[in-house]
Amino acid sequence: MAKRYFEDFKAGTVSVYGPLLVTRDEIIAFAKDYDPQPLHLDEAAARMTPLGGLCASGWHTCCLMMRMAADGFVNDSHSMGSPGVDEVKWLAPLRPDTQIRLRVTVLETRVSNSKPDRGFVKHQFEVLDPQDTVLMQLTSPLMIARRQ
Amino acid sequence: MKLFQDIKVGERFEVGAHTFTAEDIKSFARRFDPQPFHLDEEAARHSHFGGLVASGWHTAAAWMRLMVDHRDRADAEMRARGEGVGRHGGSPGFRELKWMKPVYAGDTIGYVTEVTDLRTSQSHPRWGIMKFRTVGTNQNGDAVISFVSTVFVERRQ
Repeated sequence: MAKRYFEDFKAGTVSVYGPLLVTRDEIIAFAKDYDPQPLHLDEAAARMTPLGGLCASGWHTCCLMMRMAADGFVNDSHSMGSPGVDEVKWLAPLRPDTQIRLRVTVLETRVSNSKPDRGFVKHQFEVLDPQDTVLMQLTSPLMIARRQ
Repeated sequence: MKLFQDIKVGERFEVGAHTFTAEDIKSFARRFDPQPFHLDEEAARHSHFGGLVASGWHTAAAWMRLMVDHRDRADAEMRARGEGVGRHGGSPGFRELKWMKPVYAGDTIGYVTEVTDLRTSQSHPRWGIMKFRTVGTNQNGDAVISFVSTVFVERRQ
């Protein structure tokens, strides 16, 4: 399939990608590297926190979102990266051995004013558990090359 | 971390610096962000970046690691002085994350975090709500990342 250009993204489109199984070992490995807090490292210590048990670092959830997006559609598009993220909401904890999916909604598309070779496609990303609970919601524009 | 009442708006933390080696960039990308300009020098040279660049999530996660280490050191020092140490109660999220410039292989990013707002939680009187802005700057003095986070901090009862 040919890679998608900016013009191929349409506001209102909803897609679901994944699934991805997030194991306890992966949660702990990420925490050791990037967020070594008891809540993400140690079951006994995590039980004493307000969240009541081990859960993934919120940054880990962001990274898993990126992985599902890259595998799902970003690498099949003429992606030029992203200028940032408008907002991230960590709504519910990501627990060990949860199978997650990514729901992606195209919110709006606009051509860049300063660089006419690209456009911004604003996406809403929602990381879902098997019951469709939204664990994380994130809105971010992706830069996609325009068809020349 | 200090107790909520001991924190002042404008307080700054020199969180630390991280050097993003090519190996570091590629290994993060293989796990979480397998786009060609994060994975492969040759592909990256032909991209609009012109060279291997770190995933923006890598630049953010590196701050988190430095922040946790910084806080652990500060907590140990406060305990040694007999001062009250506050727990933090997790974060509901962040806003306005901007990746202003690419982080290239070999770049060193220094992070500064500054308290921007403090208010008491209406629904959870045990906790205060702290907002802080983090800016990461490369070795040339260019800001490459910034974001505004929210975290709950324990109040002195």
